[in-house]
Amino acid sequence: MQRNESRIRRLHDLLTRKELSCTELTQKYIDQIESDNARLNAYVNVTPAQALKSAQEVDKKLHAGEKLSLLEGIPMTLKDNISTEGIETTCCSNILKGYVPIYDATVWKTLKAHNAVMLGKTNMDEFAMGSSCDTSCFGGALNPYNQAHVAGGSSGGVASAVGGNLAVYGLGSDTGGSIRQPASFCGLVGLKPTYGAVSRYGLIAYASSLDQIGPITSTVEDAALVFDAISGKDEMDSTSSGARETTADKLNGDMKGLRIGIAREYFEGIRDDVKAALENAIKTYEHMGAEIVYFNLPILKYALPVYYILACAEASSNLGRYDGIRYGYRAQSYNSVHEMICKTRSEGFGAEVKRRILLGTYVLSSGYYDAYYKKAQNLRGTIVKAFRSAFETCDIILAPTVPMTAFELNFTAKDQVETYLTDICTVPINIAGLPAVSIPCGFDAKGLPIGMQLIGNTFCETTILKAAYHYESEKYAEIYKELDLGVRL
Amino acid sequence: MSYELVAGLETHIELSTNTKIFCGCTTAFGAEPNTNCCPVCIGLPGTMPKLNRRVVDYAILAGLATNCEISPISKMDRKNYVYPDLPKAYQVSQYDKPLCERGYITLSSGKRINITRIHIEEDAGKLVHERGDTYVDYNRGGVPLIEIVTEPDIRSIEEAIEYVEKLQLIMKYIGVSDVKMQEGSLRCDVNISVRKKGDEKFGTRAEIKNMNSFTFMAKALQYEFERQVDLLESGERVIQETRRYNTDTGETEAMRGKEDAHDYRYFREPDLVTIQTSPEDIARLREMLPELPEQKLARYVADYGIPEADAQLIVKYRKVAEYFDAVVSKIQNPKTASNFIVGQIFKALSTEAAKEELALSVSSEMLAELIRLLESGKINMGMAKSTLDKMLETGKHATELLSQEDMAGLDENALRNHCMEAIAANPAAVKDYQSGKEKALKAILGAVMRATKGRADAAAAEKLLIELITK
Repeated sequence: MQRNESRIRRLHDLLTRKELSCTELTQKYIDQIESDNARLNAYVNVTPAQALKSAQEVDKKLHAGEKLSLLEGIPMTLKDNISTEGIETTCCSNILKGYVPIYDATVWKTLKAHNAVMLGKTNMDEFAMGSSCDTSCFGGALNPYNQAHVAGGSSGGVASAVGGNLAVYGLGSDTGGSIRQPASFCGLVGLKPTYGAVSRYGLIAYASSLDQIGPITSTVEDAALVFDAISGKDEMDSTSSGARETTADKLNGDMKGLRIGIAREYFEGIRDDVKAALENAIKTYEHMGAEIVYFNLPILKYALPVYYILACAEASSNLGRYDGIRYGYRAQSYNSVHEMICKTRSEGFGAEVKRRILLGTYVLSSGYYDAYYKKAQNLRGTIVKAFRSAFETCDIILAPTVPMTAFELNFTAKDQVETYLTDICTVPINIAGLPAVSIPCGFDAKGLPIGMQLIGNTFCETTILKAAYHYESEKYAEIYKELDLGVRL
Repeated sequence: MSYELVAGLETHIELSTNTKIFCGCTTAFGAEPNTNCCPVCIGLPGTMPKLNRRVVDYAILAGLATNCEISPISKMDRKNYVYPDLPKAYQVSQYDKPLCERGYITLSSGKRINITRIHIEEDAGKLVHERGDTYVDYNRGGVPLIEIVTEPDIRSIEEAIEYVEKLQLIMKYIGVSDVKMQEGSLRCDVNISVRKKGDEKFGTRAEIKNMNSFTFMAKALQYEFERQVDLLESGERVIQETRRYNTDTGETEAMRGKEDAHDYRYFREPDLVTIQTSPEDIARLREMLPELPEQKLARYVADYGIPEADAQLIVKYRKVAEYFDAVVSKIQNPKTASNFIVGQIFKALSTEAAKEELALSVSSEMLAELIRLLESGKINMGMAKSTLDKMLETGKHATELLSQEDMAGLDENALRNHCMEAIAANPAAVKDYQSGKEKALKAILGAVMRATKGRADAAAAEKLLIELITK
């Protein structure tokens, strides 16, 4: 088997050739979760009954000789901030423990219509705020390569599950790198689509103008297949526009004439081994016939403050609704409504969430609004323009996903600002609303994966996925030989 | 020293769209608590608003009817504050780019009250206090509102009330709201300050809330005016604060001071896109605007010669005015219709609600039919009036209530014959009249009326009798 063969296609073939039933396939994954989840802490809520029920539906169809769509019967997972009717959805926060949505997120509705087999909900940083999954009220998800390291964040659980072969694919959300960073840490493919390509309806909001749902998969083609299924204009999300085209059928062809842009600022201050891996990747692309274009993108240095101001501002508003009145956690003792709300929030939110709510409240307050929020909004416009003009000289931009590899456990506890700095490569993409895919491009001395990011112009998912696919095909022998973890079907 | 009142109004009007501003839930009033709700309007995590374009249309209609400029580009913002009836802890409203700006309403004195802006927003739910407990009902959450803000142009309580009445009437005419103050579909907050007459500078203002009728509004403003004047007269200062009118004490009382004023942390609602309104949209909506009360009034007075007082009474009720227009389109003399309406028909519609709803068994066509009988001389005014009374009572057509004979009418010759017969039959009375007893004519006229079974036009008959007797 060629390593970059789509896992989804392979399982689809097994199912349609009736080499194994969907129930058997699902049961294998359930067993795998049972044996490995204690080690990885990828899932916070396993839903075997729900999964087997969907599997039986698929088997019925198979039995009746009906054709299956590609995603039908494929075991998968959802990050725990994607609303699932009848299944607890907590955002890994104490404040939402016990909250069972009464409606489905659009992406889940879509996948349900494809008879996707959902194995459970996966771990994440509380309300998607964090870079190592350690702000989760359930404790962090661990790296399948080395459990002394984190899986990354905030969609750490999805990456841990897919990397650890506890799901074929998963959907995460990416506000400042939360799909790409854990994908990079776990040697996976993580696609953050163009803002608006995938409906956000039902995604529990962190920062609405930056949030975007996307897949974490083992191969590029899988990412393309899942993206094609979930992208689309949704009446329930006014900001959605859908993708321009399908991607999975356009991955072939060649790299000749593809202009790959390198923004020098992206290579400053990153770890040497990461830099070396990226430089090798650039050579590979040159070898495949791509043209490398160098330029400066000095505005990038403002991306991080802009991101933290805007994201926290929106978060402070989005998280105002958790008051203990209608759902979720409520403080035990109180003397007034006001006290009930204050105590509920003080007790229900973790430290990082509180920090960002306070920051966001501050930057929106009268007297500070102009100095922070307004300035950040203006800079956002400048960053958008800078990327737009960069894409006049190149087709994609190649950059590191993270300046380092997966942190050791408890790394983030030492220095908050340093943790924020690890987002430096990913956040500009959310600010500009662009699509980007992270794919593995090497390993560090400890054997932890290094990721690279391919950034496209708006709605150019095909371009970046095609470039990613070609790199993956070219390098699978050396890059992926070490990636064979655990059970393979 | 004489003081003058300076006031500006913020009026919230509930729009009468069928569904809420951001979801498909009904806006119907009076349902069981929390039954007109969905994940969107109770702000469940992950839900997103979807703007009801009809709300935008209604707000633009309100803007056009109050002479506003309509913004081609507008947006929604979040107004953040915490209260149990606000399930998202922010209200989706408009901050710095409202839909409509710079309009005005003209008072009967000719003075313009300038409108700063009209914006759209969602209503909150409400708290229900029962048996010592507090419950929240989110049915009203997400019901669309417009907020109409004026400049501080109002100088008296009378002007304030006239402004609200005019505004209310315009909204009724364009049909965007039922604007019922008691039910809360029209709510007014007044910013009020006082200053010495002749002063240029405005005084410190207080905002008065919770006035749910014109009577309370007048009382609250009177109280607040006097309170502020008293403060200034005794050398104290007015504090900028929000005050509530207490209907039990008739006083305004402090709710929160400037220090406690909310910092709403407005910012653009990232879940909604820019609202674009094209010149074509505006033209289409302008086309939909009905004739407004002011325009109707002018037309009734100028074109129909109807006394202004009568015209005002008709224009005051949208349905009555439409009824009047319908009748007028089918008869010759509009004044006949206005007389019947302001007279007998208003008497039948004894309450404000009846006039408002035009709870009437006589359709415009039926009234027009009656007037046509009158205009063609088939019946006279007396018969018309008594027939209309019967019509109002029974809901029957004039033609059902009047016999063929009743409607035969009397031509000039027939009337002359009847008059001559009456003169011949009453020589004594004729003599009396000729000798100066004018009253004697009544007896002769009575004979004519009896002989014609009331079909004769009494005035015409009287004129003819005098002519015949004195010839």
